[in-house]
Amino acid sequence: MRKPRDIGAILNRRAFFRGTLAFGGGMLLSGMIPGLPGAQADTKGVFIPNAFIRIDRSGGITLIMRHAEMGQGIYTGIAMLIAEELEVDLEQVTLEAAPADPSRYTDSAAGEEVTGGSASTRDSWLPLRQAGAAARIMLVAAAASRWNVPPESCAAQHGQIIHVPTGRTLSYGDLAEEAALQKVPEKIILKDPSTFRLIGTSPQRLDTKPKSNGTAIFGMDVRVPGMKIGRIMASPIQRGRLISYDSVAARAIPGVVDIITLQDVIAVIGDHSWAAIKGLEAANPQWDSGPHAAVSTKTLMDDLRRASDRTGLVAKNTGDVDAALAACSHRIDAVYELPFLAHAALEPINTTLHIRPNGADVWVGTQVPVRARQEVANATGLPPEKIAIHNHVIGGGFGRRLDSGSIGQAARLAKQMPYPVKLFWTREEDIQQDQFRPFYYDRISAGLNKQGRIAAWKHRTTGSYVTARWAPEGLQNGLDTDTVDGAVETPYDIPVQRNESVQCEPEGLTTLWWRGVGPTHNVFVVESMMDELAHLAENDPLDFRRSMLGHSPRGLKVLNEAARKSGWGTPLPSGHGRGIALHYSFQTWAATVLEVQVTDDNAIRLVRADTAVDCGPVVFPDAVRAQIQGGLIFGLTMALYNEITVTNGRVDQSNFHDYRMMRINEAPDIRVHLVPDLSADIGGIGEVGTVAAAPALANAIFAATGHRLRKIPFLSQMAGKSA
Amino acid sequence: MITIRINNESHQLDVTDDMPLLWVLRDILGLTGTKYGCGVAQCGACTIHIDGIPTRACQLPVSLIGDRHITTIEAIGNTREGARIQAVWLQNQVIQCGYCQSGQIMAATALLRDNPNPTDDDIDDAMSGNICRCGTYVRIREAIHQAANNA
Repeated sequence: MRKPRDIGAILNRRAFFRGTLAFGGGMLLSGMIPGLPGAQADTKGVFIPNAFIRIDRSGGITLIMRHAEMGQGIYTGIAMLIAEELEVDLEQVTLEAAPADPSRYTDSAAGEEVTGGSASTRDSWLPLRQAGAAARIMLVAAAASRWNVPPESCAAQHGQIIHVPTGRTLSYGDLAEEAALQKVPEKIILKDPSTFRLIGTSPQRLDTKPKSNGTAIFGMDVRVPGMKIGRIMASPIQRGRLISYDSVAARAIPGVVDIITLQDVIAVIGDHSWAAIKGLEAANPQWDSGPHAAVSTKTLMDDLRRASDRTGLVAKNTGDVDAALAACSHRIDAVYELPFLAHAALEPINTTLHIRPNGADVWVGTQVPVRARQEVANATGLPPEKIAIHNHVIGGGFGRRLDSGSIGQAARLAKQMPYPVKLFWTREEDIQQDQFRPFYYDRISAGLNKQGRIAAWKHRTTGSYVTARWAPEGLQNGLDTDTVDGAVETPYDIPVQRNESVQCEPEGLTTLWWRGVGPTHNVFVVESMMDELAHLAENDPLDFRRSMLGHSPRGLKVLNEAARKSGWGTPLPSGHGRGIALHYSFQTWAATVLEVQVTDDNAIRLVRADTAVDCGPVVFPDAVRAQIQGGLIFGLTMALYNEITVTNGRVDQSNFHDYRMMRINEAPDIRVHLVPDLSADIGGIGEVGTVAAAPALANAIFAATGHRLRKIPFLSQMAGKSA
Repeated sequence: MITIRINNESHQLDVTDDMPLLWVLRDILGLTGTKYGCGVAQCGACTIHIDGIPTRACQLPVSLIGDRHITTIEAIGNTREGARIQAVWLQNQVIQCGYCQSGQIMAATALLRDNPNPTDDDIDDAMSGNICRCGTYVRIREAIHQAANNA
C-alpha cells in the first residue's frame, strides 16, 4: 500500500509547512491545539480556553469557525468535532466566523488561514477535538474544585458537569468564570471512537435554516447604515486602460452619486444597485486595447502546443520509458485537452467596505481572510490590525474565493469614498474577469505487454502554474506539483513510467484553482487512457483495472463496490453505455460508474451514477453524500458544456446563456455508497466528486457510441459526429 | 410614487418606473432573501410570486406590478405549501451554499400548490429555470416528492 501523499494546490503548502513547523512527536500536547492563547478571564468572566470556544456566564456557548462555509457543510462538521469532546449538543452552540488572525487561526497543515484543498476536516480532525476536550477538562476541574471532590468523580454531558456519586450538576455557564482560572491541560485523552455521540451521525446542518427562509446574510446581502452601492467594470482586456467615459450621462441617471476610477477600472456608485447598473451603462466606458489585444484561443493554443514539444520538469521517472514503449506491440499515443474554465459561483464577486482614516471594516465572503486583510492594507496604507474582516457565508466558492485580488480592487476604489460602500460585479463581469482554471494540453503514450497489461506510460502535461503565482514557496524545484497531481501516483501497477510538466502561462489571462484542482485535470487523462488501453487489450474496462490494483486494496474495494451497485456488465438498452473511473484524490478513494444514453441525434442523457467512496473515518456521512452528488454534477457540467474562449483579447462568454449550467432536467440520479476504512487516515471530500465526472462520462459515451472524446467540453464535439 | 404590496404590506416607493423589483426588494426594502444571480432571467435566484405565480424579479419593472400581490422568500413560510417545502428542504438536507435556494423554494412551492402530486417530468418543467451551481438537484427532486407524498 503506497503512502498517502499530500496533494493539490493547498497541499503544496501543507508539505512545505509540515517541514518547517515543528510540533514534536507528541499527539496529545495542548501546544498542538492551534492558536491556543492560554486560558484567560476578562472582566465579564468569559471562559475562552482557546481560539475556538467561548463560554459566557449566562451559558452561551460560541464556537469560532476558522473555515469558510461555502455549502460544503463545514460549519456543521467542525462544530461536531468540537462539540463531541466539549460534551455539548449542537442545539446549544452558536457559530461565529473567525476574524483574520494568523496568530490564532493559521491552519498548521496549510500554513495559513485558508479554506481549500478539501483539507478542512482533515486539518481539524485532531486539533479541534483536542480544543473541545481541553475546555471540557478545565470545566470539570472547575466543578471539582467548587465541590471539593476529585475530578475523576465528575462527568461532562450536554453542557453540564455532573458529580456522579451525588447527581449534583453545574452548567457550563455557572462554571465559566472558574474554568477560566484553571490550568490548560497538558495531556488530553480523546474519546474512544466507539463512544462518539455526534461524529458519524448526520444531524441537521447548522447553516441551512437561515438559507431556507431568506435570512442568511451572504456578502452580497450586507447592509451597513449610510451604505452606497457601486457596480465595478474593469478593462475587458488585461492591462487595457480606461480612456474616457460619459460622466454627464452617468450622473443624469437618478440615484447615481459618484464615479470612481482607477487606471483600468471604473465604478459607478449609487443609492442602490439599479442606479449603479444603469449609471455604468450610461457612462459607456471606453478602453484602449493594451498589449494583449491580439490574444485569442488560437494564439493561446498555439503557445501551448509549442510549449508541449519541450521536455518538461520531470515529476517521476521509473525505468527507460522510451525504450519500454518501443518494445510494446500495442500502444496508444494521444493528446488530451482541457479548456479554460470560469468558476461561475452563483453569488457574484462583491465586497462591502468602510474605509476611514484610522481603520476599516470589510464585509466579504472569503476563503483567505488574512490575504483579504493584507489586500486592504496594501490598498489603503492602514496597518492590518486596524482592518476588520467580517467573513460571511459564501454563495459558492469552488476555488474562486481563494483569490483576494477583487478585494484589493474594491479597497482601491472604496478608499476614495468617505462612506461605506458595497461594490459588486455583475454576472458578466464575474465570468469575464474571472481567474480561470488553466487550459491543459496533455500528451500521453502508453503501451501494453503480451499479457495485456500496461508496460510503459509517458505523460507530459503543459499548462499554467497556479502555484507560481498563488504560493510560489510551494513550488518544488520549480515544479508545480498540482499540475501532475493524480498523474504521478495512479492507482495502478505501472512498471515503467515518466511524468513531465511544462509551464506555459496564458498571455492576458490569470489562472486560479478550480474545484478538484490537479486531479480534475489529470484523472480525466489517466482514466480515459485506461479505458482506451482496456479496449486496445480487448478487455473489459473494469477487469482491466482490477488486474493492476495489486498495490491499491482500497482502490479495488471501491471499484468493486461501484461496479456491483451499478449493475456493471448487466445488459443495457440500445444507445446506452456505462463508463467507469477510479481515483485517489485528497486522501480519499472513489470509483464512479456513470450510465448515459446517446440518442440518434447525438443528444446525451445522463441516466444514473453510482459512486463508492472510502474517505477513512467519516465525520458527517450525509455531507459526504451531498458533496459527491454536487461535485459530480459540477464536473459533469464542465465536461459537457463549459469552456472559456478568447477573441481579440476578450473573453467570449458572459452569462449563463453561453456559459451553460446543468439544470435539474439534465442531472442524473446519483447514488453514493460509503465503504469507509475507519483505520485509514481521514480523507477530504469537497472536490472528490468532481474529479471522476469527465472520465466516467467520456468512457460511457465511448461505450454507447464508440466515439472517444479526448477534448472537453464534449457536447459541441458530439454535435459534429454522425450517430 | 409607486405603491406595491409585498408580503401583505403596502409600500410607497420613490423609484424610477424601470427599476426591477429585485432591486426594490433588496436595496430599498432590505428584503435580501431574493438573490441576484444573472440579471437576465437565466438562473432563477430572484424568483418571487406575483399572485402566486413564480416570476423572475430581475426582469420585472416595478411599475408593471400594479395592485398584484408579491410574496417573497421571507414570507413564503406563511403559506401551507411554502412551510411544507421549507420543512422537506431541511429534512432532506437539500441546501449547500444556499444562494439559489430562495428561488428553488419559491419555484417548488408554486409547483406543489398547483400540482400536489408532481411526476418527475412535472418537476423538470417547474424547476429547470432554477440553476443550482452546487448541484443539489438529486435532493430537490427527492424533497418535492416527499412533500407531495406527505401533503
